[in-house]
Amino acid sequence: MTSYLIKGARPCGGEPADILLTDGRIAAIGESLSATGAEVVEAAGLIALPGLVDLHTHLREPGREDAETVETGSRAAALGGFTAVHAMANTDPVADTAGVVEQVWRLGQEAGLVDVVPVGAVTVGLAGERLAELGAMADSAARVRVFSDDGHCVADPALMRRALEYVKAFDGVVAQHAEEPRLTVGAQMHEGDRSARLGLTGWPAAAEEAIIARDVLLAEHVGARLHVCHVSTAGSVEILRWAKSRGVQVTAEVTPHHLLLTDACAESYDPVFKVNPPLRTDADVEALRAGLADGTIDAVGTDHAPHAVEDKESEWAQARPGMLGLEQALAVVIETMVEPGRLDWAGVADRMSVRPAAIGRLDGLGDRSQGRPIAPGEPANLVLVDPAARATVDPAALASRSRNSPYAGRELPGRVVATFLRGTATVLDGKATR
Amino acid sequence: MARAPEPARSTAPGGAPGTLLTSADVARVVDRMAHQLIERAASGRAEDGADGGLADLVLVGIPTRGAPLARRLAARIEAFTGTRVDVGTADITLYRDDLRLRGVRALEPTVLPDAGIDGRLVVLVDDVLFSGRSVRAALDALRDLGRPRVVQLAVLVDRGHRELPIKADFVGKNVPTSRSQQVRVHLAEIDGADEVLVTDGEPGVREPRGEEAR
Amino acid sequence: MKRHLLEAADLDRADATLVLDTAAQIDQALAGREVKKLPTLRGRTVVNLFYEDSTRTRISFELAAKRLSADVINFSAKGSSVSKGESLKDTALTLEAMGADAVVVRHSSSGAPHRLANWVRGSVVNAGDGTHEHPTQALLDAYTIRQRLGRLEGVRVAIVGDVLHSRVARSNVGLLHTLGADVTLVAPPTLLPVGVGSWPAEVSYDLDAVLPKVDVVMMLRVQAERMNASFFPSAREYSRRYGLDARRMGVLPDDAIVMHPGPMNRGMEIAAEVADSARSTIVEQVANGVSTRMAVLYLLLGGAPA
Repeated sequence: MTSYLIKGARPCGGEPADILLTDGRIAAIGESLSATGAEVVEAAGLIALPGLVDLHTHLREPGREDAETVETGSRAAALGGFTAVHAMANTDPVADTAGVVEQVWRLGQEAGLVDVVPVGAVTVGLAGERLAELGAMADSAARVRVFSDDGHCVADPALMRRALEYVKAFDGVVAQHAEEPRLTVGAQMHEGDRSARLGLTGWPAAAEEAIIARDVLLAEHVGARLHVCHVSTAGSVEILRWAKSRGVQVTAEVTPHHLLLTDACAESYDPVFKVNPPLRTDADVEALRAGLADGTIDAVGTDHAPHAVEDKESEWAQARPGMLGLEQALAVVIETMVEPGRLDWAGVADRMSVRPAAIGRLDGLGDRSQGRPIAPGEPANLVLVDPAARATVDPAALASRSRNSPYAGRELPGRVVATFLRGTATVLDGKATR
Repeated sequence: MARAPEPARSTAPGGAPGTLLTSADVARVVDRMAHQLIERAASGRAEDGADGGLADLVLVGIPTRGAPLARRLAARIEAFTGTRVDVGTADITLYRDDLRLRGVRALEPTVLPDAGIDGRLVVLVDDVLFSGRSVRAALDALRDLGRPRVVQLAVLVDRGHRELPIKADFVGKNVPTSRSQQVRVHLAEIDGADEVLVTDGEPGVREPRGEEAR
Repeated sequence: MKRHLLEAADLDRADATLVLDTAAQIDQALAGREVKKLPTLRGRTVVNLFYEDSTRTRISFELAAKRLSADVINFSAKGSSVSKGESLKDTALTLEAMGADAVVVRHSSSGAPHRLANWVRGSVVNAGDGTHEHPTQALLDAYTIRQRLGRLEGVRVAIVGDVLHSRVARSNVGLLHTLGADVTLVAPPTLLPVGVGSWPAEVSYDLDAVLPKVDVVMMLRVQAERMNASFFPSAREYSRRYGLDARRMGVLPDDAIVMHPGPMNRGMEIAAEVADSARSTIVEQVANGVSTRMAVLYLLLGGAPA
């Protein structure tokens, strides 16, 4: 196995150091290291972060391999600096059995670019009616710990309560897609001034906030862990802040697009900006950034949602919701959080690696741990970022099989130069190695 | 680097730029045309056996400046003969075949006398006759507006360069021009004062102007 | 004028006035004529692309285009490749290949004309998109108001009914504001969009309080099905609170007019005796629709390079 000697990178933005990766682990960190036979990676000016962990990725396989596969999605993830992604359950068939989650897990192993961690469905077929075999998925080779009906809300409060309770048995967590379905019938975009003018049915902030409020109360009541997917409103941040102050075991993620974009994007009626939950207002964006900065929001989750061209090149209402995120997530966080001084590099490592790994219980897996500090003896999961580089996003150049990037034509900072998964380079010189 | 000598201006067929008709000239020309129209209406009665005479005549102005011109001619005819002559206007914009070149413009009114134009002597009135396309459009418009017995054409200035087999029956003044020149008719009702100017057009501009610059 | 007419905001005051003036000149030029046809758009192709049934709007556009001598192709979603799942984009490329100079589009999805405008070179005219806009309806309404009242500046207009789902309301609020009229929206709160406060219009829940102070009452169609989604308790209650009956018509100022974009639900938002009264402009609105759309087609296509 190739050893790598990374010269002069700044671990989490600290003082420059050399980092030696050998046999899948960080062998040494120090000044002027040398190692015979090691491939040298010149990293002066680059930031070293622990390999990023995504709690929220749609890889589309099985079922919509025309939009994305485990392999293409893994490559996109590696190019984005990720070493682990949680693959959402809304595939076809739905990942609601041990068989399907093991299939996805194996495909991830075969691709070998990131750890593909399957998420199990909470309810059979995402139908919201009865619990899927959560225990069987937890016990499978895929070792599922995160359960979610993402795309659908577990709307039935009794069912949600049972799910929260049940997964305690294997230290699982329910990741809720918070959307009161009766309040979002036909919803197309954030409900507000713009939806009124554009004639698009509104998705009220209260539909998200009502479910989050309900679920934190349920989680508190039964003493269970709750994770809230893609928080999108200022009110949600307030409820989370309140719940955390009460000691509720709740965590939350925000997507890169909700940190950067607003409902103004809908003015074009270009469905590349259609997403669920929808893009919100400037005030919401500000509250989300503040929430991520102060830790009320624990993690950045991409909600990477590839869609085939025909599902996006249509009328707004006919288009499917969702946008790509893996390859630009770090860039957006740099743009919205690091450059304005709201999060330092250690903070980025915390919100994009350490905390998401902990939520997914990936941090205590020995050699296969994710989200561990950059320290000797830890698994060699690293990403090297050039913070000074800026580039314009070209959807045609993305590794994802789909092209529905909301950042097309936008200049963003930060370039992922190299990614290492357990000591193996998955990305070098900004290019995927396989 | 030495510049190639420019072709001498005098090779152009046009006359010198400047004032072609003064305010007094315009008044005189309009009076003469009014007399010609009176004669024509009278002879028409004799020739065709039509019983109209001046009552048979309708002056139809082509906006913009043909419209006030038609009203002036009618006023002069009334002054000379004491007979009131019917006047109308026919906006031809929607009949033009060169909209794509010229772009759209606001429409002006089309107003015909209550008695209509069927069976009557219609004289179209315009300020400048150039390519003839405006007149062709006006003839098309007239066809939709009724069926005159005779249609004739009166223009204040004929500057040549016809692109269609069209000839004016009453001409205030014939003016040889070069194609690139512009003939501008100013009338008090619209422009504040009467005069007719010839100006040199932009070099290289071949687009017919004058008649079309309304 | 912009190349497309997608929403009222595409028209500034000068453009909107030009459309109304042009419509008036066309009306006057054609009045009393046997041959109601002009050669203006000879050789141009206008496609009526209707994804939603709307016979009256389609016929109005068809007549407008034909009176300007354009070639008209009616492309209705039913019985065409559209109903076989062809995407809007593929349809657009087909129309483009056929050389459509203008596409008049009616669609149930808000924003569909905006999408179409990205894919065709010709002009796109929005003939109603979802719950977004219907700009030519607003133009013909403004034309009708000006014809009846002689002005638009300062005219007080109440738009009454299902504003939430109404593209007519959205276009009228925008256009009437542009033209200097004062608009008041009257509806139960459930039928007003969240965010209506950002519109250039007053809002009232009380029809009786508004009626004595307006020059124009524009009644919107209210679908009885809305009561199934609890927008209001019953058709009867809606009609009692927001319907325009003879008693309410009686409190209008003397010269005030009553408008309705059609089709009407007689007995629901408007009583038959009101619809048929001398104040009603409903028949004029239909006639004015043709001349207004002729003006729009002329102004969009007349000067555009083929």
